[in-house]
Amino acid sequence: MSLLDVFDIAGSAMSAQSVRLNVTSSNLANAQSAGGSEETTYRARHPVFSAVMQSLRGNNASVGVKVDGIYTSRGKLQQQYQPDNPLANEEGYIFKPNVNMVDEMANMISASRSYQSNVEVLNTSKQMVLATLRMGQ
Amino acid sequence: MPISFDKALGNLPENLTLYGQRSSLLASNLANADTPGFKARDIDFRSVLAKAGGTQISLKTTQGAHLGGASSAMSEATKLYRVPIQPSIDGNTVDTQIETAEFTKNSIRYQSTLAFLNGTFKSLRLAIKGE
Repeated sequence: MSLLDVFDIAGSAMSAQSVRLNVTSSNLANAQSAGGSEETTYRARHPVFSAVMQSLRGNNASVGVKVDGIYTSRGKLQQQYQPDNPLANEEGYIFKPNVNMVDEMANMISASRSYQSNVEVLNTSKQMVLATLRMGQ
Repeated sequence: MPISFDKALGNLPENLTLYGQRSSLLASNLANADTPGFKARDIDFRSVLAKAGGTQISLKTTQGAHLGGASSAMSEATKLYRVPIQPSIDGNTVDTQIETAEFTKNSIRYQSTLAFLNGTFKSLRLAIKGE
Protein backbone atom coordinates (compact mmCIF):
# COMPACT_ATOMS: atom_id res chain seq x y z
CA MET A 1 0.00 0.00 0.00
CA SER A 2 1.54 3.23 -1.15
CA LEU A 3 0.18 5.26 1.74
CA LEU A 4 2.39 3.30 4.09
CA ASP A 5 5.43 4.32 2.01
CA VAL A 6 4.79 7.87 3.17
CA PHE A 7 5.80 6.81 6.68
CA ASP A 8 9.21 5.64 5.43
CA ILE A 9 9.73 8.70 3.27
CA ALA A 10 8.76 11.25 5.91
CA GLY A 11 10.69 9.27 8.53
CA SER A 12 13.87 9.35 6.45
CA ALA A 13 13.46 13.09 5.93
CA MET A 14 12.92 13.65 9.64
CA SER A 15 16.04 11.73 10.56
CA ALA A 16 18.07 13.61 7.90
CA GLN A 17 16.82 16.95 9.18
CA SER A 18 17.63 15.99 12.75
CA VAL A 19 21.20 15.16 11.67
CA ARG A 20 21.35 18.62 10.13
CA LEU A 21 20.06 20.19 13.35
CA ASN A 22 22.61 18.17 15.31
CA VAL A 23 25.49 19.40 13.13
CA THR A 24 24.25 22.98 13.36
CA SER A 25 24.11 22.80 17.13
CA SER A 26 27.67 21.45 17.33
CA ASN A 27 28.81 24.29 15.03
CA LEU A 28 27.08 26.88 17.20
CA ALA A 29 28.43 25.30 20.38
CA ASN A 30 31.98 25.37 19.07
CA ALA A 31 31.81 28.80 17.46
CA GLN A 32 34.19 30.20 20.06
CA SER A 33 36.48 27.17 20.57
CA ALA A 34 39.88 28.66 19.85
CA GLY A 35 42.87 26.57 18.82
CA GLY A 36 46.62 26.93 18.61
CA SER A 37 47.10 25.84 14.99
CA GLU A 38 45.19 25.48 11.70
CA GLU A 39 44.91 21.71 12.17
CA THR A 40 43.62 21.52 15.73
CA THR A 41 40.98 24.25 15.49
CA TYR A 42 37.34 23.30 15.03
CA ARG A 43 35.95 23.81 11.52
CA ALA A 44 32.30 24.22 10.58
CA ARG A 45 30.59 20.99 9.49
CA HIS A 46 27.71 20.61 7.05
CA PRO A 47 25.66 17.55 6.03
CA VAL A 48 25.07 16.61 2.38
CA PHE A 49 21.71 15.08 1.49
CA SER A 50 20.92 12.81 -1.42
CA ALA A 51 17.73 11.21 -2.69
CA VAL A 52 17.48 7.47 -2.13
CA MET A 53 15.02 4.98 -3.58
CA GLN A 54 12.89 3.79 -0.67
CA SER A 55 10.90 1.11 -2.42
CA LEU A 56 10.08 0.19 -5.98
CA ARG A 57 6.66 -1.26 -6.58
CA GLY A 58 5.58 -1.35 -10.18
CA ASN A 59 5.64 2.14 -11.57
CA ASN A 60 5.37 3.75 -8.17
CA ALA A 61 8.79 4.57 -6.82
CA SER A 62 9.05 6.42 -3.55
CA VAL A 63 12.10 8.52 -2.91
CA GLY A 64 13.41 9.18 0.59
CA VAL A 65 16.41 11.12 1.83
CA LYS A 66 19.70 9.97 3.24
CA VAL A 67 22.65 11.83 4.67
CA ASP A 68 25.50 11.21 2.23
CA GLY A 69 28.10 12.50 4.60
CA ILE A 70 29.21 15.43 6.66
CA TYR A 71 31.88 17.60 5.11
CA THR A 72 34.18 19.92 6.98
CA SER A 73 34.31 23.47 5.71
CA ARG A 74 37.62 24.43 4.07
CA GLY A 75 37.04 28.13 4.63
CA LYS A 76 39.75 30.28 6.14
CA LEU A 77 40.01 30.38 9.93
CA GLN A 78 40.01 33.70 11.71
CA GLN A 79 43.32 34.63 13.26
CA GLN A 80 43.49 36.82 16.32
CA TYR A 81 46.53 38.38 17.91
CA GLN A 82 46.46 37.34 21.56
CA PRO A 83 50.07 36.83 22.70
CA ASP A 84 49.08 36.28 26.33
CA ASN A 85 46.70 33.40 25.45
CA PRO A 86 48.22 30.03 26.46
CA LEU A 87 47.10 28.59 23.06
CA ALA A 88 48.91 31.24 21.01
CA ASN A 89 51.59 30.11 18.54
CA GLU A 90 55.12 31.56 18.26
CA GLU A 91 53.87 34.70 16.50
CA GLY A 92 51.24 35.25 19.19
CA TYR A 93 48.21 34.29 17.11
CA ILE A 94 45.30 32.04 18.04
CA PHE A 95 42.81 30.55 15.55
CA LYS A 96 39.04 30.88 15.77
CA PRO A 97 36.63 28.45 13.99
CA ASN A 98 35.21 29.48 10.60
CA VAL A 99 31.63 29.13 11.87
CA ASN A 100 29.30 31.73 10.37
CA MET A 101 26.65 32.46 12.98
CA VAL A 102 24.14 33.87 10.47
CA ASP A 103 24.51 30.80 8.23
CA GLU A 104 24.02 28.49 11.17
CA MET A 105 20.92 30.28 12.43
CA ALA A 106 19.39 30.17 8.93
CA ASN A 107 20.25 26.47 8.70
CA MET A 108 18.66 25.83 12.07
CA ILE A 109 15.39 27.53 11.12
CA SER A 110 15.30 25.77 7.74
CA ALA A 111 15.92 22.36 9.33
CA SER A 112 13.24 22.86 11.95
CA ARG A 113 10.68 24.03 9.34
CA SER A 114 11.42 21.04 7.10
CA TYR A 115 11.12 18.72 10.07
CA GLN A 116 7.76 20.23 10.99
CA SER A 117 6.36 19.92 7.47
CA ASN A 118 7.37 16.24 7.40
CA VAL A 119 5.65 15.66 10.74
CA GLU A 120 2.56 17.25 9.22
CA VAL A 121 2.75 14.90 6.23
CA LEU A 122 3.09 11.93 8.56
CA ASN A 123 0.10 12.96 10.66
CA THR A 124 -2.11 13.52 7.62
CA SER A 125 -1.14 10.14 6.16
CA LYS A 126 -1.88 8.48 9.46
CA GLN A 127 -5.36 9.95 9.46
CA MET A 128 -5.87 8.80 5.87
CA VAL A 129 -4.80 5.24 6.67
CA LEU A 130 -6.99 5.11 9.77
CA ALA A 131 -9.97 6.42 7.80
CA THR A 132 -9.35 3.73 5.17
CA LEU A 133 -9.34 1.07 7.85
CA ARG A 134 -12.75 2.24 9.01
CA MET A 135 -14.17 2.05 5.47
CA GLY A 136 -17.56 0.34 5.20
CA GLN A 137 -18.32 0.35 8.92
CA MET B 1 -31.46 -9.01 -11.12
CA PRO B 2 -28.00 -9.36 -9.61
CA ILE B 3 -26.26 -6.29 -8.21
CA SER B 4 -22.97 -5.53 -9.94
CA PHE B 5 -20.73 -4.26 -7.16
CA ASP B 6 -18.14 -3.00 -9.62
CA LYS B 7 -20.70 -0.79 -11.29
CA ALA B 8 -22.14 0.34 -7.97
CA LEU B 9 -18.77 1.63 -6.83
CA GLY B 10 -17.95 3.38 -10.10
CA ASN B 11 -14.37 4.55 -10.44
CA LEU B 12 -14.08 5.46 -6.75
CA PRO B 13 -11.68 2.59 -5.89
CA GLU B 14 -9.35 3.62 -8.75
CA ASN B 15 -9.48 7.20 -7.55
CA LEU B 16 -8.58 6.10 -4.03
CA THR B 17 -5.57 4.10 -5.24
CA LEU B 18 -4.40 6.98 -7.37
CA TYR B 19 -4.72 9.50 -4.53
CA GLY B 20 -2.77 7.13 -2.30
CA GLN B 21 0.02 6.82 -4.87
CA ARG B 22 0.08 10.54 -5.39
CA SER B 23 0.39 11.17 -1.65
CA SER B 24 3.58 9.09 -1.51
CA LEU B 25 4.93 10.98 -4.55
CA LEU B 26 4.20 14.36 -2.93
CA ALA B 27 5.72 13.13 0.34
CA SER B 28 8.88 12.25 -1.62
CA ASN B 29 8.98 15.80 -2.97
CA LEU B 30 8.56 17.30 0.49
CA ALA B 31 11.14 14.96 2.01
CA ASN B 32 13.70 16.03 -0.58
CA ALA B 33 13.11 19.77 -0.17
CA ASP B 34 16.79 20.21 0.82
CA THR B 35 18.41 17.60 -1.44
CA PRO B 36 20.69 19.15 -4.07
CA GLY B 37 19.69 18.33 -7.65
CA PHE B 38 16.33 16.76 -6.75
CA LYS B 39 13.53 17.39 -9.24
CA ALA B 40 9.96 17.54 -7.95
CA ARG B 41 7.54 15.20 -9.72
CA ASP B 42 3.80 14.82 -9.92
CA ILE B 43 1.14 12.82 -11.74
CA ASP B 44 -0.98 14.44 -14.44
CA PHE B 45 -4.11 13.53 -12.56
CA ARG B 46 -6.69 14.61 -15.09
CA SER B 47 -5.36 12.48 -17.93
CA VAL B 48 -4.96 9.40 -15.72
CA LEU B 49 -8.44 9.84 -14.32
CA ALA B 50 -9.89 10.26 -17.80
CA LYS B 51 -8.28 6.97 -18.72
CA ALA B 52 -9.59 5.26 -15.59
CA GLY B 53 -13.10 6.67 -15.70
CA GLY B 54 -13.76 7.22 -19.37
CA THR B 55 -13.16 4.73 -22.12
CA GLN B 56 -11.91 1.54 -20.53
CA ILE B 57 -8.87 0.27 -22.36
CA SER B 58 -8.86 -3.48 -21.93
CA LEU B 59 -6.79 -6.25 -23.42
CA LYS B 60 -8.04 -7.82 -26.60
CA THR B 61 -9.46 -11.26 -25.95
CA THR B 62 -8.99 -13.66 -28.83
CA GLN B 63 -10.52 -16.68 -27.10
CA GLY B 64 -13.59 -17.11 -24.98
CA ALA B 65 -11.54 -18.44 -22.05
CA HIS B 66 -9.34 -15.34 -21.80
CA LEU B 67 -9.65 -13.08 -18.80
CA GLY B 68 -10.16 -9.43 -19.49
CA GLY B 69 -7.07 -7.44 -18.53
CA ALA B 70 -7.26 -5.27 -15.48
CA SER B 71 -7.57 -1.56 -15.93
CA SER B 72 -4.13 -0.39 -16.94
CA ALA B 73 -4.64 3.28 -16.16
CA MET B 74 -2.73 3.13 -12.90
CA SER B 75 0.36 1.51 -14.31
CA GLU B 76 0.43 4.12 -17.03
CA ALA B 77 0.42 6.97 -14.53
CA THR B 78 3.46 8.70 -15.91
CA LYS B 79 5.27 10.92 -13.51
CA LEU B 80 6.06 14.33 -14.90
CA TYR B 81 8.52 16.91 -13.66
CA ARG B 82 7.12 20.04 -12.13
CA VAL B 83 8.02 23.34 -13.78
CA PRO B 84 9.76 25.33 -11.04
CA ILE B 85 8.74 28.90 -10.29
CA GLN B 86 11.95 29.66 -8.44
CA PRO B 87 14.60 27.06 -9.25
CA SER B 88 17.42 27.12 -6.73
CA ILE B 89 21.09 27.23 -7.61
CA ASP B 90 21.76 23.65 -6.41
CA GLY B 91 19.34 22.26 -9.02
CA ASN B 92 16.52 21.52 -6.59
CA THR B 93 13.05 22.31 -7.94
CA VAL B 94 10.96 21.57 -4.84
CA ASP B 95 8.77 24.45 -3.70
CA THR B 96 7.72 23.48 -0.17
CA GLN B 97 4.65 25.74 -0.20
CA ILE B 98 3.30 24.29 -3.45
CA GLU B 99 4.00 20.72 -2.34
CA THR B 100 2.35 21.25 1.05
CA ALA B 101 -0.71 22.76 -0.61
CA GLU B 102 -0.91 19.90 -3.11
CA PHE B 103 -0.48 17.33 -0.37
CA THR B 104 -3.28 18.87 1.69
CA LYS B 105 -5.53 19.06 -1.36
CA ASN B 106 -4.72 15.46 -2.21
CA SER B 107 -5.52 14.24 1.31
CA ILE B 108 -8.84 16.11 1.35
CA ARG B 109 -9.75 14.53 -1.98
CA TYR B 110 -8.73 11.12 -0.66
CA GLN B 111 -10.93 11.54 2.38
CA SER B 112 -13.91 12.80 0.37
CA THR B 113 -13.56 9.87 -2.03
CA LEU B 114 -13.52 7.65 1.02
CA ALA B 115 -16.68 9.33 2.31
CA PHE B 116 -18.42 8.75 -1.03
CA LEU B 117 -17.33 5.13 -0.96
CA ASN B 118 -18.65 4.75 2.56
CA GLY B 119 -21.96 6.23 1.46
CA THR B 120 -22.15 3.75 -1.40
CA PHE B 121 -21.48 0.87 0.95
CA LYS B 122 -24.13 2.16 3.30
CA SER B 123 -26.76 2.29 0.56
CA LEU B 124 -25.73 -1.15 -0.74
CA ARG B 125 -26.14 -2.57 2.75
CA LEU B 126 -29.51 -0.88 3.02
CA ALA B 127 -30.58 -2.42 -0.26
CA ILE B 128 -29.36 -5.89 0.78
CA LYS B 129 -31.01 -5.86 4.20
CA GLY B 130 -34.15 -4.17 2.93
CA GLU B 131 -34.90 -2.62 6.32
